[in-house]
Amino acid sequence: MLKVDRVVAFRGDRLVFGPISFEVAKGNALLLVGPNGSGKSTLLRLLAGLGRAEAGHITWNGEDTLTDRTAHGARVGYIGHQDAVKPGLTASENLGAGAEAALSAVGLQRVAELPARMLSAGQKRRLALTRLLLKPAPIWLLDEPTLGLDTASVARFGTMLAAHRAGGGIVIAATHLPLPLQGAAEFSFA
Amino acid sequence: MTLGEILGRDLRLSLRHGSDTLAALLFFVLTAALFPLAIGPAPETLGRLAPGIIWVCALLAALLPLDRLFGADFEDGTLDQLLLSGQPPAVIAAIKALAHWLVTGLPLLIAAGPVALMLQMDPTTIPVLLAGLLPGTLLLSLFGATGAALVLGARRGGVLLPLLVLPLTAPVLIFGVAAVEAEAAGQSPQAHLLLLAALLAAALPLCPLAAGSALRSAAE
Repeated sequence: MLKVDRVVAFRGDRLVFGPISFEVAKGNALLLVGPNGSGKSTLLRLLAGLGRAEAGHITWNGEDTLTDRTAHGARVGYIGHQDAVKPGLTASENLGAGAEAALSAVGLQRVAELPARMLSAGQKRRLALTRLLLKPAPIWLLDEPTLGLDTASVARFGTMLAAHRAGGGIVIAATHLPLPLQGAAEFSFA
Repeated sequence: MTLGEILGRDLRLSLRHGSDTLAALLFFVLTAALFPLAIGPAPETLGRLAPGIIWVCALLAALLPLDRLFGADFEDGTLDQLLLSGQPPAVIAAIKALAHWLVTGLPLLIAAGPVALMLQMDPTTIPVLLAGLLPGTLLLSLFGATGAALVLGARRGGVLLPLLVLPLTAPVLIFGVAAVEAEAAGQSPQAHLLLLAALLAAALPLCPLAAGSALRSAAE
């Protein structure tokens, strides 16, 4: 269970949000909604352990995520604004071991051996999402995951999300686009 | 991601961007080749200055690819993925420093011998020069990786980086050149080489730790 307890975030000396509290239990999903600049991405980075909250605690099964950030990182599948795709490597080289099966699962097998610089923006995004399949991480933190994706890919990503949740995984996503997340709770940044 | 994958990926990228990789080596050879033109080809003068020329050129050449060492990963989001890979940041920094050495330090080490001959250096002292450059280039990679991690995200990082790294490398330069001078004067270069090895032994754990925490704070 991922628990956020009175977390406050600052950017410089300006308050971004907080204090906020919520919990996400195994198999559940949470949708972060709010206008641009309300701190959705900042919160996702805090949840990933990439940033430090100014106040409050984020705990995973009762353990503070900041006590061992390396171990917490291994539990997190994070999709940020950037795709982390190297244009000089092929699609499968970008993913590393196990790329073949994962790329077929998302319908990218046709471009597996193409340099990533030849891929379209949507294909690069799908390549970034494929990374989630290669890492056995219970917590998925998704920042605008479906940006630039066509409807078929969004639907395919929906089944990925459902399978992850059926296996006891957690999904926390920030998006302005409709995301196929059945029964997701919403957290609104006022 | 395993450590082998991180290293393999870096090396593969360096091979794909061959011109970037060759740039440091060509810079080293070209700047060294300028010295005979500037101070004249007289063998006594040139041969005496050669160790210093080679060390300074190697040092400057090793600086060239540093701003991209973490810079590219920082900009395209790869650094976030590396920090979440389950590997400690210090280990990631050490792997990056090793990649820098394999791609920059090792070619410099190989080119140093021919360049030394070109600069009329006494051939009997070249083994000592190379024996000093081996720990020396490793130290440059370790100090360089630390500096590169520290200036990550800074607005004028490219300018800041040499200012940060060059003072750290001063002892490396001093002992490296002193070893060759000692050999040329008929003394034992052992003390200087051992001091270089001692520096390396200290930098090997400390630099990755410092670079690792710098990477963490760059991502924050």
